[in-house]
Amino acid sequence: MAGTVETDASDQNVGRENLIAVDGVGKTYVTQDGRSIQAVASVNVEIAKGEFLSILGPSGCGKSTLLMMIAGLVKPSEGVIRFEGKPVTDPHGDAGVVFQDAVLFPWRTVAQNVELPGEIRRVRRDARVKRSLDVLELVGLKGFETKYPNELSGGMQQRVSIARALSMQPNLILMDEPFGALDAMTRDQMNLDLQRISLETGATIVFVTHSIAEAAFLSDRVCVMSGRPSTIRAIVPIEIPRPRPIEMMASDEMGRYVTELRKLLDHRGG
Amino acid sequence: MTDAVEFSSIKSRSPGAVARVLGSSLGLFVLTSIALVAAWQLIVVWFEVPQFILPAPSEVVRAIYSDLVTGRIVQHFLVTLVEIVGGFVVAAILGVALGSLIGLVPIAERIGLPYLLAFQTVPKVAIAPLLIVWFGYGIQSKIVTAGLIAFFPILVNVVTGLQTVDQRRIVLMQSLKASPLEIYCKVLFPGMLPYLFAGLETGAVFSAIGAIVAEFIGAAFGLGCLILQRQAAVDVPGVFSALIFLSLIGIMLNLLVRLAARRLTFWSRPRRTADH
Repeated sequence: MAGTVETDASDQNVGRENLIAVDGVGKTYVTQDGRSIQAVASVNVEIAKGEFLSILGPSGCGKSTLLMMIAGLVKPSEGVIRFEGKPVTDPHGDAGVVFQDAVLFPWRTVAQNVELPGEIRRVRRDARVKRSLDVLELVGLKGFETKYPNELSGGMQQRVSIARALSMQPNLILMDEPFGALDAMTRDQMNLDLQRISLETGATIVFVTHSIAEAAFLSDRVCVMSGRPSTIRAIVPIEIPRPRPIEMMASDEMGRYVTELRKLLDHRGG
Repeated sequence: MTDAVEFSSIKSRSPGAVARVLGSSLGLFVLTSIALVAAWQLIVVWFEVPQFILPAPSEVVRAIYSDLVTGRIVQHFLVTLVEIVGGFVVAAILGVALGSLIGLVPIAERIGLPYLLAFQTVPKVAIAPLLIVWFGYGIQSKIVTAGLIAFFPILVNVVTGLQTVDQRRIVLMQSLKASPLEIYCKVLFPGMLPYLFAGLETGAVFSAIGAIVAEFIGAAFGLGCLILQRQAAVDVPGVFSALIFLSLIGIMLNLLVRLAARRLTFWSRPRRTADH
């Protein structure tokens, strides 16, 4: 089932080096009363360096689990994930993770929050400070360094968390429905900024979302997931050059992709 | 309640509002206390209440003054101060250490929790006579009693604070390959500070209770000891004087704890609401 899709996907990636290879990965949870629940089943996908890949699926379908497995935070029950050819067993620390909520530390200033990964990596203080100023400028928060998170709006907090993820110049950024809690207008702006950041940094981004329009607008390719147990139903390449202006969201071309993605999602009531 | 109001006005950037709220709540306190003392004086004079039942405020002031100029109170004051602060510090250190153990190590929780619950149900002051037997009539037994009583609210708050930590912050730290020690120092410890300070505020009060109860049971020095001596001598203004000095210790300790809390847990206060 996933095999044919995988072949298509690989064709898309001819000539591009793979950063991540997800190979037959599944995850089965055992509940407290001993029942086992299969959240993810036999997922195969390869993610190229510099690619923007969305994982699109209904809520609670296990797409976050897949992302956490790529991050090394959750161990797959079957299959293997390779990062730069090496199997992922622990958190590799080379990936910046952005969660649905900003997960900032309220006792730290904006700049101190962004410096956190550098502290853990024992980066020298002056280098850390400089880097945090740079990434805060990149996410559009210049001048907010000494503010505390509870002085910021939800959208700005999420920008801080993106800056934190970028602070170690990771070649991989994993985002778990990062804009799900934001209002529609903020969300549009964040999508535009994320597109700019992804092109400027050249980082590989894996982006979990349940918004069809968001996935289509941002991605090089969209992975459409089925409901439980979650597996890849199709991988749809969005063949529109990036950067894409926000008006493109309403274009016919984008509309066709959105319709296609919706059909794939609705198939068998997923 | 007043605490939150004061804090929010400090955070707002208009100094006028700060001065107004602080000024008015302090002013209110001064006004009511003057009224209360005046009423007390009037009632005593009016109804000719005998001094050995309720001395007039003027008598109490005279007793405080004579305690100060003769220096009689100083040694008792210092002894009780050391007992209360000593007990408090011991309780804080042990509360954080054992609380962290119980809050973070599952096996420690399984072993420790039944004892904790059992101990919680015992009125700790009832153990004080035993502690005097074990630790003597000196200052040690008072510190131990004060510490034991102050320890429990601190411990319980630390455990609660650690167990209610936002798990996503830990996952974030794990994604950064942080060590358990780094997770403790950078997430768990700062995150539980609001709980710790709630425990410390209660602990400060309990420590004073412990020290005084232990002095009541057996001591040669200390304000509690002095209160008993003066009560026996029917020196009621003297008892009031000792009480005033005792409350001074309590107020100082409470102020210190709240000052520290304000500096370290400013981020957990409710957000400033619309101007009042």
